[in-house]
Amino acid sequence: MKKITTLCAAISALALSTGFAIAEADAPVLSIDGVVIATRAPAPEYLDIDEVISGWVFRTVETQALQMDDFDNPGMIFVDQALDDWNEVNGSEGKSCASCHTGGPEEFAGLRTVLPRWNEDAGAVWTMEDYINNSLVEHMGAEPWKVGKAQMNAMVALISLQSRGMPMNVAIDGPAAETWALGEEIYFTRVGQLDMACANCHIDNYGVMIRADHLSQGQSNGFPAYRLKNAKLNGIQSRFSGCMKNIRATPYAVGGPEFTALELYVASRGNGLSVEGPSVRN
Amino acid sequence: MKHITLLAASFSTALATATFAQEVTPADVVFSEYGAVEASLTGVAGNAENGASLFQNRKLGNCLACHVNSDMSDQGFHGEVGPPLDGVGANWSEAELRGILINSKNTFDGTIMPAFFVETAGVRTLDKFAGKTILAAQDVEDILAYLLTLTE
Ligand code: HEC
Ligand code: HEC
Ligand code: HEC
Repeated sequence: MKKITTLCAAISALALSTGFAIAEADAPVLSIDGVVIATRAPAPEYLDIDEVISGWVFRTVETQALQMDDFDNPGMIFVDQALDDWNEVNGSEGKSCASCHTGGPEEFAGLRTVLPRWNEDAGAVWTMEDYINNSLVEHMGAEPWKVGKAQMNAMVALISLQSRGMPMNVAIDGPAAETWALGEEIYFTRVGQLDMACANCHIDNYGVMIRADHLSQGQSNGFPAYRLKNAKLNGIQSRFSGCMKNIRATPYAVGGPEFTALELYVASRGNGLSVEGPSVRN
Repeated sequence: MKHITLLAASFSTALATATFAQEVTPADVVFSEYGAVEASLTGVAGNAENGASLFQNRKLGNCLACHVNSDMSDQGFHGEVGPPLDGVGANWSEAELRGILINSKNTFDGTIMPAFFVETAGVRTLDKFAGKTILAAQDVEDILAYLLTLTE
């Protein structure tokens, strides 16, 4: 059956309340194999902006098109590789993911929308990577996978894909509140020789060009993201690392508590946007 | 003297012209109430041509990342984070522009524009940039000389 992947005009022509320049009437809509992705949503009330917008909206028409059909999306190759890993026996217990998660990766539909989240047993906020490594080490007797590296990014992409189209909905209150507050603090703290905070670019200046880059809100709903720049899947915390290095700041450790707090905070800034994973970015 | 890539060059300049001793360190810069800096950082007249190249250089001024500059319309991709710099040489005094280059936060409170010649820019600075200014003193004077040519 022919895939319907249309670049259609949005019906609504509501006036934008932000300074962001793309007119709503001309805004493209992202639909992947019939699944409509919410690339814009009203901002949650705890935010300082009116609308949350996916990074997809800010990319060129060519880059956008790559994400509209899974056959064109180079990130899907890595999802296939993760399926092999899913079925592969690994570790001292002689098990594969499939041995226990008998419903297949589909068992994890919706999981991506609520991560990172508080894990009561661990007494900490856990990312998807933390859960995967926990299964590898505790349930399979295998070595953990390196956070931010290819094998892990691919598995995160496979599991994220099961939530494609579902709205991000991380909890910021209850036991996660303290971690969220740390993430918020990091987001607004100026760092590096260039002395900038995430907020200076991704809140104050989204929608404008910074040299050749169209600044987005720095959302995480599209991660892991296939980047044309390095031709591979990129984990969200590696992206944070890249942004920090660009402003000549020492990044926090990928997989460490600061970036996990930042990941929760950034995810909460995108509550309401659909999970895209894996997305295509430049 | 903080800027590592120009360290060697500046030493030879210093020996040749004996201006090294007059170079102001970031801590010694004197700002007016509104952030202007009257005195040259080096006592050596700025070279506008070199200033233009520092202006474009992504590792040094990188001014085009944030500013449109019609004088450089041959260069692709001018940023829009700050205002266009067309005519700044006529709209601002030399001392005001020097102050904006050295530490624009004294002129524009809380601005995103980096401070190019300050001692302690930012926490968690990467080791290779720690304790260094983004631009050397003469770089500031050279870019300033270039900005003063932007009168339209
Ligand atoms: C021996 C059985 C077993 C194997 C094999 C196993 N898991 Fe798990 N997994 C569990 C159990 C039990 C849980 C829930 C309790 C926990 O988190 O320890 C779980 C939880 C998870 C979760 C969190 C789900 C949620 O809703 O909170 C993810 C993600 C996950 N596993 C991924 C994987 C992946 C990927 C693999 C293969 C690399 C794998 N698991 C292999 C038993 C297993
Ligand atoms: C100097 C400006 C600047 C700063 C400061 C900055 N970024 Fe970015 N960031 C960018 C640019 C440019 C891109 C690529 C284009 C885009 O999506 O905005 C980007 C992309 C991103 C993306 C990917 C978005 C997507 O949809 O693919 C995330 C996530 C992100 N940044 C998070 C952060 C976080 C968290 C911080 C603070 C640690 C930060 N950024 C600091 C400029 C910045
Ligand atoms: C990260 C973005 C950024 C970079 C890089 C940057 N600027 Fe700016 N600049 C700004 C912003 C934003 C303003 C407006 C001040 C404000 O309100 O924050 C500004 C203001 C100015 C002004 C005052 C212009 C006016 O008419 O109000 C001058 C002059 C200037 N910048 C020169 C430069 C030069 C020269 C460089 C390179 C050495 C540079 N800037 C690099 C962001 C930047």
